[in-house]
Amino acid sequence: MGKQVPIVDYLVLDDGPPHLVQQRCTSCGAGYFDRRNACARCGALEFESVRIGGDGVIRTFTIVHRAAPNVPTPYISAVVEVAEGVQVKANILGIEPDPAQVHLGMSVRLATFVAGTDDDGTEAIAFGYEPVDA
Amino acid sequence: MSRDVWVLGTSMTKFMRYKDKDLMDLGAEAALAALADGGVTIADMDVMAVGCLAEAAGGVGQRLQKQIGQTGIPVYNVANACATGATALRTVILSIKAGEAEMGLAVGLEQMGKMGLLGGAGRAKATKHVYEPAGRYGSVMPTEGVIGTGVMPGVFAQAGMEYANLNDGVGFEQFAKVAEKNHAHSVLNPLAQYQKAFSLEEVMGGEMIAYPNTILMCCPTGDGAAAAVVVSGEKLKTLPAEAQRRAVKISASIMTSDPWSEGGQVQPDINTLTRNAAAQAYEAAGVGPEDLDLVELHDCFASAELLHYDNLQLCEPGGAGDFIDSRAPWRDGRLPVNVSGGLLSKGHPLGATGIANVYEVTTHLRGEAGDRQIEGAKVGLTHVIGLGSACSVHILEKAAV
Repeated sequence: MGKQVPIVDYLVLDDGPPHLVQQRCTSCGAGYFDRRNACARCGALEFESVRIGGDGVIRTFTIVHRAAPNVPTPYISAVVEVAEGVQVKANILGIEPDPAQVHLGMSVRLATFVAGTDDDGTEAIAFGYEPVDA
Repeated sequence: MSRDVWVLGTSMTKFMRYKDKDLMDLGAEAALAALADGGVTIADMDVMAVGCLAEAAGGVGQRLQKQIGQTGIPVYNVANACATGATALRTVILSIKAGEAEMGLAVGLEQMGKMGLLGGAGRAKATKHVYEPAGRYGSVMPTEGVIGTGVMPGVFAQAGMEYANLNDGVGFEQFAKVAEKNHAHSVLNPLAQYQKAFSLEEVMGGEMIAYPNTILMCCPTGDGAAAAVVVSGEKLKTLPAEAQRRAVKISASIMTSDPWSEGGQVQPDINTLTRNAAAQAYEAAGVGPEDLDLVELHDCFASAELLHYDNLQLCEPGGAGDFIDSRAPWRDGRLPVNVSGGLLSKGHPLGATGIANVYEVTTHLRGEAGDRQIEGAKVGLTHVIGLGSACSVHILEKAAV
C-alpha cells in the first residue's frame, strides 16, 4: 500500500486504529482541535494530547446541496457528540443524504475514507461517521 | 467633562519577517505581554479593539480571543489604512471615556506577504503537487465539505437543527413559516430588494440549499447603504422643535462576542452571545420583551430567525416553534418581527444591514412607515450578528427629549 497522510493532524493514523485527538488544557480540561496559544476558557498555556472515542450521536446535521465545485453534493454535514461530551464536526457516511434517512440523535461511529491522492500517489485520509446498526 | 485615560501596560514583538509564526502567534504574543506588563489578564478587559489591514474583514479580533481568552466582551475590528493601530487605540479610549468600560485591550497586527504560515513557507515553487500539512489544523487540503461544512448556509442550518433536536415542535415547516412571513411582509416595503409573497408550499418546495433552508429561506446578495446621525441629548435640546419631535432615543446599544463554549470550538454558537446581548440591552434600557412593539432581527437564514425568537426572549424558552405557529411575529400578531421583509426579502448588503434596521424601527417610531406602519409603535429592538462572532442589539424608543 502507498503512503497515507491524515487530512488534518488531529486524525491519527499511525498509532493503532484511526482515531481523533484533542489538545486538552491541563488546567481546566477545555479541548481544541487546532493549535492554540493559550486556553480560550482559562488562559493557561499548557495542553496535552488526549485520544477521543469513536462512538457518538448526531447532535445536529444539515444536508448541503450547493457547495464549491470540488465538493460532491449533496452530502450530510453533522456535529457529533462523542461519549465524553466532546463535539466533532464531520460528514455522515454510508447513508443517503435524505432527511428521511438521517435523524437527530442517531448513533454513529468514526470511519475513514480516501479524500484525494497527490502526484506522488500519497493518499489523504479523511474521517467521518457512519450509522451504527441498532 | 470626559474622563482621563492612561496606558497601563504595553508591548510589541520584534518586527521582522516571521517564517515560523502566523498572525495569531504575533497578536497573542503582543497582547499577552501587554496584559502581563500591566499586571492584568484578559478577564479584566471590558472591551477589545483589533486593527489589521490584510484581514480586516476576517474577524481578527474574535480569532485572537480564541488564542488569549474568550470572555464575551465587545470586540471591534478596525481598518484605517496606516492609521489602523491608532484607530484600534482610539476605539478603546472612546469606550472608556463613554463610561462603557474601565479597562480595554487594543491590538494592532499585520503579516505582509505570503510568508509565515506554518510549513511550506519560503520553499521554491514545486513542479508537482505533494501533500504538505499547513496551518493550525495541519491540513493537507481544503477541508470544507470533506469533514463537515463551515460556510454560512450549512452553519445556520446546523444551528437550526440543533434547536429542533433540543426542543419540541420545531421542524422544517416551522423554519419555512419564517420565510413565508418575511416575504409577505416585504410586499409593503418599497425599499426591499424583493417584494414578492410566496405560499408555504412554494417556500418548502424551493431548491434546497442546506437542509432545512431552501433558496427562499436564504437572504439574497445585493448592494446598498444606510446611515445614521447620532446626537447627544444635550445638543438635541438646542435644535429646532421639529428635529426634537422626530428624534428617537437610543435606550440601549450593546455589543458582545462569544464567551468560551464547548460546542463553539467546532460550530459557531449563535445563541450565547445573542442571549447575552439581549439581556444586557433590556437591562440598560429598563424595558422587557413584553414592552416591544416591533423587532428587526438578523434573519440571514430562516433557521436563524427561529432561534432568535428564543435568544431575544420574544417567546417562552424552547417555544420558538409554538411562537411561529401562533403567528405572533406576523405584522398583525402580538409582536411583529421583520415587517421590513427581513434580510430574507429586504436584502443584506453586509455592511448596511446594522444601520438599515435602525432606519426601519426609527421610521415606525416616528409614525412615518406608510403602508407597513405598525400602529402606535413606541419601542423597538434591532439585532444583528456577524459570524466570528459579533452581536449587537439596540433598543429605540419614542421618548420626550
